[in-house]
Amino acid sequence: MSLNRRSLLKVIATGGVAATASSNTAAAAPEHRVAPAGAMGMLYDTTLCIGCKTCVVACKQANDRQPDPGPWESEKLYDAPMDLNADTKNIIKLYHEGDVRSYFKAQCMHCVDPACSSACMLGSLHKDEVTGIVSYNPYYCVGCRYCQIACPFNVPKFEFNKASPKIVKCELCRHRVKEAATVVGGFTRYPPGQGPACCEVCPRQAVIYGKRDELLAEAKRRIAENPGRYCQDRIYGETEVGGTQVLYLSHVPFEKLGLPEFGDRPIPEAAYTVQDGIYWRLPFVAPVALYSVLAAVMIRNRRAETGMSEKEATP
Amino acid sequence: MNGQTLVHSPVGGKLMTGPFKVLLAVAGIGAIVALYRFFLGLGAVSSLNDGYPWGIWIAFDVVVGTALGCGGYAVALLVYILNRGKYHPLVRPAVLTSLLGYGFATLAVTIDLGRFWSLWKVAILFWRWTHSPQLEVALCVAAYNLVLLVELSPALFEKWRSSPSTSLRAWSERGLRFVDRGLVWILALGILLPTMHQSSLGTMMLLPGPQMHPLWFTPWLPFLFLWNSIVIGYAVVVLEASFSAAVFGRRRETAMLTSLSSVAAWVALCWVAFRLVEVAVAGKLPLVASATGIAFLAEVLLATAGAAILLSQERRARPMWQVRAAILLLLAGALFRVNTYMVAFSPGPQWSYFPALPELLITFGIVAFEVVLYIVAVKTLPILGGAAPAAAQR
Repeated sequence: MSLNRRSLLKVIATGGVAATASSNTAAAAPEHRVAPAGAMGMLYDTTLCIGCKTCVVACKQANDRQPDPGPWESEKLYDAPMDLNADTKNIIKLYHEGDVRSYFKAQCMHCVDPACSSACMLGSLHKDEVTGIVSYNPYYCVGCRYCQIACPFNVPKFEFNKASPKIVKCELCRHRVKEAATVVGGFTRYPPGQGPACCEVCPRQAVIYGKRDELLAEAKRRIAENPGRYCQDRIYGETEVGGTQVLYLSHVPFEKLGLPEFGDRPIPEAAYTVQDGIYWRLPFVAPVALYSVLAAVMIRNRRAETGMSEKEATP
Repeated sequence: MNGQTLVHSPVGGKLMTGPFKVLLAVAGIGAIVALYRFFLGLGAVSSLNDGYPWGIWIAFDVVVGTALGCGGYAVALLVYILNRGKYHPLVRPAVLTSLLGYGFATLAVTIDLGRFWSLWKVAILFWRWTHSPQLEVALCVAAYNLVLLVELSPALFEKWRSSPSTSLRAWSERGLRFVDRGLVWILALGILLPTMHQSSLGTMMLLPGPQMHPLWFTPWLPFLFLWNSIVIGYAVVVLEASFSAAVFGRRRETAMLTSLSSVAAWVALCWVAFRLVEVAVAGKLPLVASATGIAFLAEVLLATAGAAILLSQERRARPMWQVRAAILLLLAGALFRVNTYMVAFSPGPQWSYFPALPELLITFGIVAFEVVLYIVAVKTLPILGGAAPAAAQR
């Protein structure tokens, strides 16, 4: 929050809790967070995915997750999770309605302005300054699960059945990276075995990774080359919720796949307009001012009262 | 603020009465279930899930629980800020219920937190503090627990003042003087902190924006929560005073509670008016005609009914109607909070939540233990106003 004369005057004029309301109007032109220059991401294209789920298996292996038999609990034959869960950071789902069908890959979107890390008290969920990956560090996590409440895509999962639980979510396989990335065929890539496992194993290149800028350019190229192929010629994640680092191209409407129309404003904005309006626009001025006023009123009251009782006592 | 002229005295009497033992048993069951949770994880005792990660422990024990602890805040506003000294006898019992309300909300949080052993880091690692509204709540509640302890400490010092140990007597005299000298600064904190975290409890539910029902999603949510905590605070004070009058045979301060009830009625009506105007101005009135709209109507109607009772001068003066109205206001306030944290929050149709039995047992245990400590405190410490009546020996 930058401190300028206008906001200073504004807060002085409205003061304290009233700043809550005024900051709503001040937020009409907010400074949106932008993705860092080195932001890494993924691009998933529904028209290329054949639903083989190789990415789901590779993700489990790369992230050391247990198989989840899903509805086949008794046989325990298959790893068949129904949705993202504490053992599944990445999943392929099928949408079909009449003749229209599409696969959909769900994992963390790595938002440019992530609601989960806004919720997190000690920055256990943290957006990396360089890669923009929303990473998780259990050391600072108290297990409050506010991130689960906050995430509009319902991504962070929690190990409800462990005495020492952690939050589980895609971290773009950042633990696999050992060496620096190089540009290969127009995409910033790590040496084999160090990039996101799901992208590395995809037999159809339905999901690829690289820098967000490169992926955006690639997506735009595909849209330009294939008119009418993609729904609304739109890239989900380019501007949605302030931008995400995982981007989607789809031949069916995005909301059918589980990517609702959230608008372009970052999810945490409503909470921050209020929270920062009260506490951070002018750091701690509102609470300190309120405290001083309260103490002053009490001292005045006390003085008036003792003065009165002395008067009563004199005659 | 002439605490010296006001006489507080312990109720005395036998501690281990029948109802007391029942409460202890309920608390014990809760403790055993909680132990189970600590060894086997949250999933073993609750129906919490990845869609509804927060259940009754948060919505009721913490969000409503801290509001039940707002009696001290609401009365302090009247006595110390609006300078209505006549309500002074209500302060100490209200501070006790506040301490218990907040203390047990903190206990409930500890049970609810998956990685509770890391909780200390929140207070210590200040360089990692973020702008999370929940961080504000956590720090403020922790600090307010301490403030309430200090506010209540004179009760303990007054008891020790008559102890046989000379050093304890001298120590408590010094403690009393110390608290008295810093009183203004402590009391001001005791008003500042609830103002901050009760409003932040509202801010918290602004974060899950698209998952919130529009009837509960408004930038005014912090203000609605703050105002609502004051309504609940007054209701709790009336109920607590009536309870201790009925159970411990203290003289009921009916006249004082009558005028407090009038304050409560107007505060509640203002809340209702604000709630309705906000919904109307934002064009959300059509949403009221839906299943979820019933939950909204219940909030508004319960609060209006409670206030309406108290607006009648004749009813307001009668203890029975005071209690009825206070219960209505309490229900309305609690419902608003539970609605915001559970009904209004919807992660999607594939998820559902209904509290599991062990989950409920833990909540019952916490409430029972809270009442146990209240009874112990008023029986052994000078909390309630007025001298001990002979009738209290039963």
